[in-house]
Amino acid sequence: MNQDKLETFTLDGQPIPFSAGQTIIQAAMAAGVYIPHLCFHPEFKPHGSCKLCTVKVNGRQTASCTYFAQANLVVESNITELNDERRALLQMLFVEGNHFCPSCEKSGDCQLQATAYELKMMSPHFDHFFPDRPVDATHPDYLLDFNRCILCSLCVRASRDVDGKAVFALSGRGINSHLIVNAESGNLVDTDFSSTDKAAHICPVGVILKKRVGFAVPIGQRRFDAQPISAQPLSKEDV
Amino acid sequence: MASQIHAAYLDPILTRYQHNPHHLLQILREAQEYFGYIHTDAMGYLSQQLSLPRAKIAGVAGFYSFLSDRPQGEYRVLFSDNITDRMLGSVDLMTQFCAQLWVEAGKVSEDGLLSVATTSCTGLCDQGPAMLVNNIAINRLTPERTTAIAELIRERVPVSAWPALFFAIEDNIQRKDILLNGEFQSGTALAALLQCGDEAILREIQVSKLRGRGGAGFSTGKKWEFCRDAQGDAHYVVCNADEGEPGTFKDRVLLNRYADQVFEGMTLCARVIGAKLGFLYLRGEYRYLLAHLQVVLQQRRSQNLLGKSILGQADFDFDIDIHLGAGAYVCGEESALIESLEGKRGTPRNRPPFPVTNGYLNQPTVVNNVETFAAASLIALKGGEWYASIGTAVSSGTKILSVSGDCARPGLYEYPFGVTVGQVLADCGAQDTQAVQISGASGICLAPAEFNRQIAFEDIPTAGALMVFDQSRDMFEVARNFVHFFAHESCGFCTPCRVGTSLLANMMDKLAQGHGSPYDFAEIEKLNTLLQSTSHCGLGHAACNPVLDTIAKFRPAYQKRLIHHEFVPAFDLDHALLQARQMTGRDDSGAHLERSDESR
Repeated sequence: MNQDKLETFTLDGQPIPFSAGQTIIQAAMAAGVYIPHLCFHPEFKPHGSCKLCTVKVNGRQTASCTYFAQANLVVESNITELNDERRALLQMLFVEGNHFCPSCEKSGDCQLQATAYELKMMSPHFDHFFPDRPVDATHPDYLLDFNRCILCSLCVRASRDVDGKAVFALSGRGINSHLIVNAESGNLVDTDFSSTDKAAHICPVGVILKKRVGFAVPIGQRRFDAQPISAQPLSKEDV
Repeated sequence: MASQIHAAYLDPILTRYQHNPHHLLQILREAQEYFGYIHTDAMGYLSQQLSLPRAKIAGVAGFYSFLSDRPQGEYRVLFSDNITDRMLGSVDLMTQFCAQLWVEAGKVSEDGLLSVATTSCTGLCDQGPAMLVNNIAINRLTPERTTAIAELIRERVPVSAWPALFFAIEDNIQRKDILLNGEFQSGTALAALLQCGDEAILREIQVSKLRGRGGAGFSTGKKWEFCRDAQGDAHYVVCNADEGEPGTFKDRVLLNRYADQVFEGMTLCARVIGAKLGFLYLRGEYRYLLAHLQVVLQQRRSQNLLGKSILGQADFDFDIDIHLGAGAYVCGEESALIESLEGKRGTPRNRPPFPVTNGYLNQPTVVNNVETFAAASLIALKGGEWYASIGTAVSSGTKILSVSGDCARPGLYEYPFGVTVGQVLADCGAQDTQAVQISGASGICLAPAEFNRQIAFEDIPTAGALMVFDQSRDMFEVARNFVHFFAHESCGFCTPCRVGTSLLANMMDKLAQGHGSPYDFAEIEKLNTLLQSTSHCGLGHAACNPVLDTIAKFRPAYQKRLIHHEFVPAFDLDHALLQARQMTGRDDSGAHLERSDESR
């Protein structure tokens, strides 16, 4: 479709073209404008659970990943009020799990960490929950460290929608929600998980980790060490 | 071998549900009812028989409070934990009960005889404190009654042989108006429909200005019209009887005594929108109503008011299935309810699209409240104009209120819309009233200066709960109970509600435990604002209401808990040593932090 035929909405004053069926974040990303997000991934149907991408549409707050773009909408995103709320949401994700960035092999490649830097989160602020989440190291090539799970369900969706499997699922409710794997033993080794699965490469944080390559790239030379997450090209979305 | 045991009881269940994975929740519920819990082998067998991933089954089982993948007691005792139960002494009763049976709340007794825990409001606030034993409701608990129950359990008397008096749930209808007064005759509304045509009935519903009775108040006529006009392979009617809002119990009575009228309303809707199948989604807490409701459905089938060619109309086929919930308040939200009907975790969907176009199995679906369907039958009989003449200009008809708490005559009160809160309080015999919580935990808390306000969509919209608190009550504790309710019932889908409701509950506990300071107060307010603005569904949006309302109107209840001027951590260092003290069997001053300081 010809670019100048596209209708537009404004995002923080800037006109953003969109095509029918695009949500606000999809159109914004296509136009190279960053809206913080964690559970959204360009290759998957928008989910709307992390709420990091919350924007104001004509003054009303909504998740930009699930809100369909319409002509002439006035969307605000990069404003103090919303960034304060996003920071609080990030802090919630940090205290909900057990995140020790300095010792995490995903440090520097982690979207949660990078988004926290982006939004200048200086402390976890809230009281930690310190949940008891055992690590699953049963699989010969992959490790599951549930301590870092933010319940974005990208692995659930990737396994189901791309891999045609159901390696991952969510169980529990509320603060007890947690990721499970599809095996009676509850162990990854007893599932049909494979290193070639999309689900093996989709985790935005450090839950699904390939063994024996943890620190192959030194800290300081990793993806978000080079450039903040807001300046990263979309093609690198799926590290 | 092991799986044969499970196949033996699962096969008939699977057959009854045609091995349909959309009925997973019903299958799990029945499996649990039979075996006591969902055994790992049962899960494996279901996975194979339903061609569903095991993790998906485990995920569904893990979502609902009444399902368990671990052995429960032979007797599963759940004390209803609404604030009204607490006000009637449920906390002490549970403590006494646990002591009598040597069991710890939240755990299974060592001999596997019983487990005791709390559960969200069971809808018996007018006759509490209440409990569920193996999912069957018992009302009016007293120390004598719980002692008798403890004795029956100790002697392993089957629940079916317990005194019938324990299970005598009362209707407690205190004030009747057009709906509760009308002596509805089965089939009369359908006869009216067939006489004037479904187009005319839809018009009557629209003229009546009937609005949804679940609280949101969407126009019923519009909803039916939108659904009728929506393209789909099939249309569905769903009656939302997942009455989980703390303090609400009107649907319990409507289904117990007016079920025919409700089912007839559903059948009218089916004719208008062109549905062949409908569901009554009944909350798991009302499991004891199931047999009665099945009888009513069967009667209607034998009267040719349900089934094939209803009242001889060749093109009029409709039937109703009853689906039971399994302990999840969030399933009262219509899109979560539909997910649950489809056998999934009860997570609210992204909307739009709305159920009228994309509901059950992604087909056009009307979801209405029990009371809405009952009112629809009445309108079909008596006409829309008549109905619209009752109530106020924008809130036509009547509203049934579930009144409980500090009043002489709790129960159901039906009023034309526009009645003042003060009138209701006078009628129910409330004295010395400090506050009224309307529409449950997610509703609004009123102080005496507001008792002249009206129950109406234009003033105070409500799903029907009205809880009364007299001057002796601590409104902070009321709010704290509601906050814990929301934390327990959050589905966990979105970050703000999943984490925020638990943070909020912890902060309220911190205040209750005497560690509060003005800092915490400001934090509570901030958290509430975040919940309100970023949550995925109404549960998260509403979770802040009780706190924001009580802060605004009953600030002294909070103020007296802000005992420290400076921030004090919730983490209690001395308490943290408790486990170490228990393990070493020490309790001397050297094993305590503060006391050891003092002794020096």
